[in-house]
Amino acid sequence: MSAVEHRFGPYGGQYVPETLMPALAELEEAWVCAREDPGFRAELEALLRDYVGRPSPLYEARRLSEAAGHPIYLKREDLNHTGAHKINNALGQAILAKRMGKRRIIAETGAGMHGVAAATACALLELECIVYMGTEDMRRQRPNVERMGLLGACVEPVEAGARTLKEAVSAAIRDWVTNVESTHYIIGSCVGPAPYPAMVRDLQRVIGDEARAQILERTGRLPQRVLACVGGGSNSIGMFIPFVADVEVELIGVEAGGEGLQTGRHGAPLTAAGLPGVLHGAFSAIMQDEDGQILEAHSISAGLDYPGTGPEHAWLRDSGRARYVPVTDGEALEAFAMTARLEGIIPALESAHAVAWAVASGPSELDLVCLSGRGDKDLVEALELLGRK
Amino acid sequence: MTGIERIAEGFESARASGRRAALMPYLMGGFPDLETSRRIGIAYAASGADLVELGVPFSDPLADGPVIHAAGTAALGAGAKLHDVLEVGRAIADHIPVIVMCYANPIIARGLERFADELIDAGASGLIVPDLPLEEAPAALGVCDERGLALVPLVAPTTPQERLARIGTQARGFLYTVLLTGTTGERAGLQDGLAGVVARAAASTSVPVAVGFGISTPEQAAAAAAAGADGVIVGSRLVRAAGEDEDPVAAVGDLVRAFSSGLTG
Repeated sequence: MSAVEHRFGPYGGQYVPETLMPALAELEEAWVCAREDPGFRAELEALLRDYVGRPSPLYEARRLSEAAGHPIYLKREDLNHTGAHKINNALGQAILAKRMGKRRIIAETGAGMHGVAAATACALLELECIVYMGTEDMRRQRPNVERMGLLGACVEPVEAGARTLKEAVSAAIRDWVTNVESTHYIIGSCVGPAPYPAMVRDLQRVIGDEARAQILERTGRLPQRVLACVGGGSNSIGMFIPFVADVEVELIGVEAGGEGLQTGRHGAPLTAAGLPGVLHGAFSAIMQDEDGQILEAHSISAGLDYPGTGPEHAWLRDSGRARYVPVTDGEALEAFAMTARLEGIIPALESAHAVAWAVASGPSELDLVCLSGRGDKDLVEALELLGRK
Repeated sequence: MTGIERIAEGFESARASGRRAALMPYLMGGFPDLETSRRIGIAYAASGADLVELGVPFSDPLADGPVIHAAGTAALGAGAKLHDVLEVGRAIADHIPVIVMCYANPIIARGLERFADELIDAGASGLIVPDLPLEEAPAALGVCDERGLALVPLVAPTTPQERLARIGTQARGFLYTVLLTGTTGERAGLQDGLAGVVARAAASTSVPVAVGFGISTPEQAAAAAAAGADGVIVGSRLVRAAGEDEDPVAAVGDLVRAFSSGLTG
């Protein structure tokens, strides 16, 4: 058995061109060495503490709780440096790349948060950084494009398909196939071929480890429900994993319901539960047509606008340990405005999906919600949509 | 005759026709449209192709460069379905062996066995799956072997020696030897050390070695044959002609004849 999981139940694997297989083996070996190495862990932990600002606070959202009719605590990943949980993974992988002697970093981004996190880590660690981003996402997440440029990264516009996250990942993989000797691909979520899903999960579980200790300390009990939004699924897997053994805790992943599941315009492959398939190197829950062509996802939130999801989520669903639910664009937008007005917190539209479900779907004795990122990047888009209502 | 036998015959017929290596042009099924792609395939056969690689368009082709990616997108946009592409293959298989190139997901969506049965029914001889490396291939290999369908694996310049040997042992039909570290597409020159790459591949397997990725001129094809390749695969150059030329069928016919001359004598 491998030291890093390649499969989660039937899901996962390494469905990539042969050219990349040796690089995946090299990455896996480097990751196994690094995670056991006290030097690597000390370097990462020091940066997470002094640079990112970890541990991120656990905040009792009193007015949201009042509106919901049950207590809601927010895990404030939005307060991390760069404004989202993405930095936990980007820093870990950037340190790893440097150990591997790879000085050129590529990344994909949807909402821009992972791109900014990767660009930040590369600025800090003196690495070259190229970020692939769909031109539709560049339009709706303009401030993040500018931030990446300021941080010294080169943003490569991707024109293919719907010009969103799926095509950005494909473009990054093609770059990696071409420049594999010099380059490390910092994938932004728990997707892709092994060892990525397990490695990204391990780098993100700091969210759940902290939150579990914090809620126990604060309330003397475990939450009844743990909620997080799921696009590729990295904040949710990081949040869920430390609670998996706590069988009394319900794990709820909130997917992008888009315009409603029945319209087909959504980003909810786990909830829609069609046939599983292969996208971007892993066998998992995906959105596809009867010929196995990958469908375009749709979500108001660029970070959830993805037709696939991490293979471990597909397994958590099938095994019954977690359940997945959809929240529509409109519901997320309402939760976005509500969180701002009631708590003075502008959440990312992605995170607003999780808040929306927590508030609307009681009763619950205690909800723990991962507020995965801040919403500054969404202001233009969200204000325009709210103005229209 | 099984697909595996028919592919072996394709390589032999190249020698009989005076070509130093078998010529295997690539065709994107359904590009620019289904009927034209059928005529392109038949023009390949009439112009000196020994075998043909028939691409099934896919929404997310990770191993392909811009030309083949765009052709696949256009074919899907024009409504090409797997069934239609296999009908194109059926027409070509009357003339020369057809090896279907398809990414993993359309195969999984169909179901491995049903997919293989449909290939056999359409007269295809082999299958190339560019995102199904050794570790993920056992089930597909079993299903193909039962049907005499050749599951053709790929090796890359990055493939280490020990792994190359394991892939070479499992190769059926031929060993698809990728010449460059990158996606499909035309390149100005071939990588250095071509003879070494071919020799390394040939030493790992008992089936013919066909080289591809980056071969876009008859001179490059001739160099590959001189380096010892048993087969030469030409893709993007022909797909580009199919997309750009006013008379794509005539244009690809001329190109294939030029490649064939490059390999002759």
